[in-house]
Amino acid sequence: MMRGSQAVDHRSPVDRRDFLKTTTGVITGVLVAGSPLALVAPSRAWAADLKAFTTAEGAALMALARTIAPHDKLEDAAYAVVIQGIDAEAAKDPATRKLVKDGLAGLGAAFATSPETARVAALKKVEQTPFFQTLRVKVFGLYASDYAYRYFGYEGEAFSKGGYLFRGFNDLRWLPDVPLADSGPVIKQG
Amino acid sequence: MAKFELNDDGVVVIIGSGAGGGTLAHELTRRGIKVVLFEAGKRQSLATFSQVPGEAFAQLTWLEPRTQSGTSSVKDDYPTLPVWTCQTVGGSTVHWTAACPRVQEYEMKSRTTYGDVKGTSHLDWPIEHAELVKYYEIAEKRMNVARRHGVPGLPASSHFKVIYNGARKIGYQHVHTNYMAINTQPADGRGICIEQGFCAQGCKTGAKWSTLYTEIPRAEATGKLDLRPQSRVTRIEHGADGKVTGVVYVDAQGKEQRQKARIVCVACNSVETARLLLLSESGKFSQGLANSHDQVGRNYSRHTGGFCWGIFDKPVQMWRGATLAGVIEDENVFNPKRGFVGGYHLEMVAMELPTYPLVGLPYMWGRDFADIMENYRNIAGMFINGEDMPRSDNRITLNKSVKDAFGLPVANIHFDEHENDTAMRKHAQGQAKKVYDAVGAKRMITTRQTPGTHNMCTARMSNDPRDGVCNPHGQTHDIKNLFISDGSAMTTSTSANPTLTIVSLALRQAEFISREMGAKSL
Repeated sequence: MMRGSQAVDHRSPVDRRDFLKTTTGVITGVLVAGSPLALVAPSRAWAADLKAFTTAEGAALMALARTIAPHDKLEDAAYAVVIQGIDAEAAKDPATRKLVKDGLAGLGAAFATSPETARVAALKKVEQTPFFQTLRVKVFGLYASDYAYRYFGYEGEAFSKGGYLFRGFNDLRWLPDVPLADSGPVIKQG
Repeated sequence: MAKFELNDDGVVVIIGSGAGGGTLAHELTRRGIKVVLFEAGKRQSLATFSQVPGEAFAQLTWLEPRTQSGTSSVKDDYPTLPVWTCQTVGGSTVHWTAACPRVQEYEMKSRTTYGDVKGTSHLDWPIEHAELVKYYEIAEKRMNVARRHGVPGLPASSHFKVIYNGARKIGYQHVHTNYMAINTQPADGRGICIEQGFCAQGCKTGAKWSTLYTEIPRAEATGKLDLRPQSRVTRIEHGADGKVTGVVYVDAQGKEQRQKARIVCVACNSVETARLLLLSESGKFSQGLANSHDQVGRNYSRHTGGFCWGIFDKPVQMWRGATLAGVIEDENVFNPKRGFVGGYHLEMVAMELPTYPLVGLPYMWGRDFADIMENYRNIAGMFINGEDMPRSDNRITLNKSVKDAFGLPVANIHFDEHENDTAMRKHAQGQAKKVYDAVGAKRMITTRQTPGTHNMCTARMSNDPRDGVCNPHGQTHDIKNLFISDGSAMTTSTSANPTLTIVSLALRQAEFISREMGAKSL
């Protein structure tokens, strides 16, 4: 896998190393039945360890991620990878840790369990803050994950496969082709 | 590769290795002139280009801070990225998307054509269009530009089929796969485009022209080029006679050095070019170099822009194929009946999944945002590339309260959008919607101004020293042996993507410098 940092071990979708030593919180979930991951994972239950955040903060981050980028059919495990990334950064960088912890505290204890309309309203209020702007960008790390590539049908880099020249770069059939004078010759394979 | 002494005052120093600096380095060295080429970034290669979009961005982009002021929406939408340019050997020709339109004659005479547009600082270019065309011809052949000089165009991708059919249905006549510096047949020792997308991540096949693997290695082969990557020029120095004498720089080991020079050429991309001239202030030049008429940094232009995304109910797969291979040229005309002066191009643009929400949909989030993302496979994209109005107060200054890693004030970018720019964007978005609707779009999403990938005019060429910084050869009005060698020298932004013009002006400048050196006037 080229996207090394986003690749996951299919036997355990999230990193459980050093659980006893360093964990302060945990987020857990169950893989959606029939999802690509569930087909290959030995167990549908998963858990993600948190080093900088508590379990309650983890739940708030999950709710926040699902409010910023609400893809109902995209499983929690995909969001958990992003949250672990934020957690790892916060564990290393006190400024990030403080920014996130204070921001989550500001949203209130009920945020994680509030209905979506209430969560949206709460986030609208902080939309211009560094907390929200930073978290928005970090949550969008979601779209750089293998989960997202599969979910959205995005094919990623193609250089290693020889590009799309012979693999359908022009295979759209619901509109007429472009005349040669306004484009260029299509090279045939071989 | 050559290695010249720090105290060799016979060398030409070029700062920046992109379209302007890289081309100039090749042109001077092949004429036997010794060049020291400074580049702030590292040297990558086809093999080292990352194919992970986030990593590629970090590998190639100039990420040091800039601040912003003014009313432009870029301040809100792209607070940390007002300008999207490169810091790597090859400069922004590494991540550029290779569109090579020519500047039109009416655009080069904007002051005459448009008349007195209130609140602008329009100026006719001090060179004739026919003169620039002479160099376009050389540059296009050098870069193997598709659709020019008998070179076939790029084939139409699925994405372009959508744009093309929509554009033709609403009556546009000049719609094609664009003039692209991307090989459609093997040439220049480089292969053809394999339609992989990822133009902006560094082209791993080298089918796309970049000074990194064309001009720079050729300059090295002459034995006259001393390329110094990871070397940041912090100051240009001058002597008592007011002529520049060399540069101060921080080398790859973090050590400050001083390189002497016979001539200094600045090609750091418009924001940093202006900043370096301003940073070089001295007792003699208290407002910075080449700034006796307070023109350095002014008239900053970045093209009126904005994304127009069309959502369909059938697949488009915009990520497949050359990123920018499609253009509608019909609006590149002078027609004030549209409610604005100046022209624009609508150019096809694709974005990879990880980049799309960050750059393509600035500051969207929530349910509506997610619904757009759910349609990612079915999205077509265009962006507006229009002439923005030159304004004297849109300018680069030094922000002394924010320092970079070298302890130097960062650039502040001040931009107030002119009402002409706003009217142009609105018109272009209306036309884009018609294009998409004609082929059955469900919806169109537009954005406000995009980050500055085309940065221009901050040291513009003029006949009168009171109106600009340099003459038609890029030679500064104030200092005979100090040259501007990038898009900063463009008099106005025009509606053309600037790289071809930058390369053409560098070719012309190299002739001038070598002639003047030969005549001992420099």
